[in-house]
Amino acid sequence: MDFEPSEEQQLLIDQVRRFVREEIIPLEAKLDPDAAELDPADHARLVEKTRAMGLFGIDIPKEYGGPDIDIVTRVLLAIEMAQHRAGLYVPCYGTFGGAGLAQIFEANDDQKERYLYPTLRGEKKTFFGLTEPSGGSDPARAIQTRAERKDNGWVLNGAKIFISNADRAQYGIVFARTDASKGRAGITCFIIDSDTPGFHVRRVVHTLRSSHYATELEFKDCWISDHQVLGEVNKGFAVANDRLTRQRIPYAAGCIGVAIAAHEMAIEWAKMRSTFGEKLANRQAVQWMLVDNEIDIRTAKHFTLEAAEKARRGLPFRIEASIAKLTASEGGGRVVDRSMQIHGGMGMTKDLPLERWYREMRIRRVGEGPSEVQRMVIAREILGSNLR
Amino acid sequence: MSIRLRLDKPWRPLTPEEAARLPGQLGVYQIADAQGAILYIGQAGGRSPFGLRSELAREAEERGPGQQFRVEVNMQYRSRWFELLMVHKADHGELPPDNAKNPPPLGRLSPA
Repeated sequence: MDFEPSEEQQLLIDQVRRFVREEIIPLEAKLDPDAAELDPADHARLVEKTRAMGLFGIDIPKEYGGPDIDIVTRVLLAIEMAQHRAGLYVPCYGTFGGAGLAQIFEANDDQKERYLYPTLRGEKKTFFGLTEPSGGSDPARAIQTRAERKDNGWVLNGAKIFISNADRAQYGIVFARTDASKGRAGITCFIIDSDTPGFHVRRVVHTLRSSHYATELEFKDCWISDHQVLGEVNKGFAVANDRLTRQRIPYAAGCIGVAIAAHEMAIEWAKMRSTFGEKLANRQAVQWMLVDNEIDIRTAKHFTLEAAEKARRGLPFRIEASIAKLTASEGGGRVVDRSMQIHGGMGMTKDLPLERWYREMRIRRVGEGPSEVQRMVIAREILGSNLR
Repeated sequence: MSIRLRLDKPWRPLTPEEAARLPGQLGVYQIADAQGAILYIGQAGGRSPFGLRSELAREAEERGPGQQFRVEVNMQYRSRWFELLMVHKADHGELPPDNAKNPPPLGRLSPA
């Protein structure tokens, strides 16, 4: 496969790169090092710029008014968008817009009117409620939130944890067990409005990522109507699983972007900084760290573009997405770690973005399926699907 | 495992001398009037020159005598700050008056 960007892709890459360097990074210099939001006036001004670039709503499918960008180009742009302090989790502070959750595009017409279109217009925010205190890596078995039939609807009882944006969202997608005897075939996906009686955001869950928090949710006799079932009853796991696989590709791209930014900082520092009368760049110990950075980045980029290309062609890409997520999150972590080492004491400070990337990159080895689960996915593929 | 949502340390007088005794670490703080009604919830973030010490010294200088404060050293100062604001709003129905003048984007929490 040839992953050299086309002329058109390169133009878009250059455009986004300029946007990050000329618009985002100068604003970041004035923000708290852990900030996740721009000043509203700056945000609105930059949204106008991304609209003018024709890239606003970058993840929205063409038939819903999006700019019709294929997944390979999307990966190339995601790599650029992540190359600033907040870029791993808030690329360009959301100024390229969002599409909401992928699953909501599968909604029926009534649900699209009530949820999808307001989301695309920026009127509603959403959350994805899958992980529970009983576990996140194996949702098919760990989901204990129950939904029981009552009065032409369902009553939900249970809890979710590590859920982003639930405190600010108007609605969310929640997975609950509707048939206890059927394992993964007994899970249903529901759309739930945040003001539904019995829905509670109980607490903030603090993590390494101080810039943004997760929440813990409780469902206490929370009744929702049949109209809130997304897809079919007892077929919710497929909805969740498809999202988790697809999401791994842009997730990997963000890691690569940050790794590139950290690596470029390390190269610049190594050329400038002297110790014992010699530039760091002239020392083999530092050269080898930079070489290892380069190899980690190229490896992750290759596998991520390979996964994206297979997805673009409509080919199966589950194993490729796992390899991409694994190499980018683990390799990205190593790159940031080495880059901090090259910077010495300065690398540990909040003066530079490296320490934030270090904390946030650590989460990437767990988020969207931990490294061990990715290895299980790959092992099953190469050893046989009946492997336990 | 107990999770402490609210700041419940004893109040200290908001004076330059008391602020000078604080660590230069990052964290969150609350300012209250003499009766203990919370007026403001703040954070000492990564750009504070001496963390909580410089933030509270500034508060003491700007507010003058008659107020109180308490602090929590916390590297997760951003998410903890949001949490304290949301818990306050859940408890009292509104933000502290000095936060309400320029409210940050906040979610809603219903602590058990």
